[in-house]
Amino acid sequence: MTAATTTPTSPTKRSGGRPMRERWSKLNRFQQWAVLIPVAAFIYLLPVLNPPILTTEPGYDFSIAMFEVARFALIAIGLNVVVGQAGLLDLGYVGFFAIGAYVAALFTSPDSVLADLPFLVVLPIAMAITMVFGVILGTPTLRLRGDYLAIVTLGFGEIVRLLADNIDPLRGNRGFQDVGAPPGTWSDGSAIFTNTDGKPWYWFCVTIIIVMLILVGNLERSRVGRAWVAIRDDEDAAQLMGVPTFRYKIWAFVIGAAIGGLAGALYAGQLSFVNNQKFDVVTSVLFLCAVILGGSGNKVGVMLGAFVIAYVPLRFLAIAEYKYLIFGMALIVLMIFRPQGLLGARQHLLSYGRRAYQRFLGKGERVSGDSALAGEDRNGGRP
Amino acid sequence: MPALFLAQDPWINFDVQALVEQFWFNTVEGLSQGSIYALIALGYTLVYGVLKLINFAHSEVFIYGAFATWFTFYGLGFRPGSTPDLPLFELIGFLLLALIAAMLISGGTAVVLERVAYRPLRKHKAPRLAFLITAIGASFVLQQIIFLWRGGNAEQAIRLMRPEEVFTIFGASVTNLTIIIVVCSLALMLIADTFINRTRVGRGIRAVSQDPDTATLMGVNKERVIMLTFLVGGVLAGAAALLYMMKIPQGASYQGGFLLGIKAFAAAVLGGIGNIRGALLGGLLIGLFENYGQSLFGGEWRDIVAFVVLILILMFRPTGILGESLGKARV
Repeated sequence: MTAATTTPTSPTKRSGGRPMRERWSKLNRFQQWAVLIPVAAFIYLLPVLNPPILTTEPGYDFSIAMFEVARFALIAIGLNVVVGQAGLLDLGYVGFFAIGAYVAALFTSPDSVLADLPFLVVLPIAMAITMVFGVILGTPTLRLRGDYLAIVTLGFGEIVRLLADNIDPLRGNRGFQDVGAPPGTWSDGSAIFTNTDGKPWYWFCVTIIIVMLILVGNLERSRVGRAWVAIRDDEDAAQLMGVPTFRYKIWAFVIGAAIGGLAGALYAGQLSFVNNQKFDVVTSVLFLCAVILGGSGNKVGVMLGAFVIAYVPLRFLAIAEYKYLIFGMALIVLMIFRPQGLLGARQHLLSYGRRAYQRFLGKGERVSGDSALAGEDRNGGRP
Repeated sequence: MPALFLAQDPWINFDVQALVEQFWFNTVEGLSQGSIYALIALGYTLVYGVLKLINFAHSEVFIYGAFATWFTFYGLGFRPGSTPDLPLFELIGFLLLALIAAMLISGGTAVVLERVAYRPLRKHKAPRLAFLITAIGASFVLQQIIFLWRGGNAEQAIRLMRPEEVFTIFGASVTNLTIIIVVCSLALMLIADTFINRTRVGRGIRAVSQDPDTATLMGVNKERVIMLTFLVGGVLAGAAALLYMMKIPQGASYQGGFLLGIKAFAAAVLGGIGNIRGALLGGLLIGLFENYGQSLFGGEWRDIVAFVVLILILMFRPTGILGESLGKARV
């Protein structure tokens, strides 16, 4: 990768997180679980524990804040498939999110003329419909690359928003009230899933995140995931080596879209209200911020990024007004000093391959070109 | 049930009669709006030609010019609301003053943007995508500065000039405002085209656009050329901002540049990004399509037309109508 060889940063500095990661992958499965299960338990218990420093109260209900964070993490995982894994810059991801939210609203809200379906049935429907939209958007546009793709997806996001504004059955600004929720009541007869209590929603969302992490993780280690990495790093080379790049790009788009749609449906359910005001491009850029900030291509990284993006404005309400200013500055500074994100993306497979190769050449260990974004550079380091 | 959902009332209607009836009106309107788009599109095209970067923050550069215009008028003692009756000489003087202010502010913003955001990236030899993300970040920052300073509401437009009908063309009235806007934009585009194609600096810009490394070897100061490119783009955006403020009723708002910027970018891509004449052609075409679409489908679909046209064009002609050619233009 040309960008990697011309990057002046020293390799030792670049591989800052390596020992930790290596130690982790040397542990056996049982030891890994021994760490993971308490961590998972802690994550589940967070809204109940309401830890003193972490809490967003009294300004903002902590359980709902945690749901917001979890929702953002889910979105970041979905967008990471598109941006981080396959290297397709998608600025219109909010479109899929919106479609998911609207599907949930259309099928469950009494304001809609469509049949009332249970919320849990609507979730897979929302995923299926967003997948269809992923194909519809992807087929014509994925032949474009880089900046052009970004602009076209941006246009798509705007089209979805403008359609929501203008199509009468989608009720524009009036929106849909009383969007459905999963069934179930506490022992005293009150509903579990309400829009005032974020805890059940948070648990539900975290469970979905864990399932998605397992699914997406398996996908990454499969033939599909390797094809994505190949496309991300050099699309032409991948094509020449017989990877059907177009098909795999569509795959990435569709899977990302499905997760976005799922997150949208959850969002609609928790808020129990959907209208056209919440799906603008700025939201889309915030999603992208989460992925870039944490380190695109790295699942833990993007969840960290999502946590920062969603949590900081809720925790520090005093600076919430400045959040876009701060995110904008953070993006600029980050791109100047650490374009690979806070936790740089490091594709296990690739870095193992490279390390093996370096050892084979007798050059010792040197991991380079980890930046998921480096793959975009087709100009030999020239901007 | 789903059939019933779809059948409710038509979401979109094809009003061919309105299209035919308002054809000339829309043509005049589309040309005057399109020429504003073209001026902004030139900024995108120039920067893309030289840096291969979509300067996402260019719409904010434009909006800074719009605010500069507004504050110039405000500072001169004019207030939103009624249009004053000014003697021609004074009117021209005030407009020139606003034009200079807008050009200075927009050009300055563009140069500062290049210095603060993009130059460090070039030094680090950052990948292409880092530039795009930085541009998005810079766009956020510039937008929020205005937002935190002036709040979310648009400034009421201040008008110095009333549109008056000068002549009619096939029943569509052409106002003095329309004439000024179209003539000014065309003149500026012509000057920009001449500047790029005929002057020494322009030759430098074309050289860097074609091959930055060789251009450097040939004694072109690349950093200076890039700065100048941003300056030219910014100055033109400033001029566009004045014309916009004279024409569009909403006035200046902190996010007012976004949609306009995207449309101008669509115009640049439509004509072939990196191609100066393409920007003009694309701008005029987007303006026309938009207005025809408005008649055909109804006003609320207006903004969608630009995006759909952009997507369609990119699908069938990824390099635009005239193709990329800033670097290949011959003297």
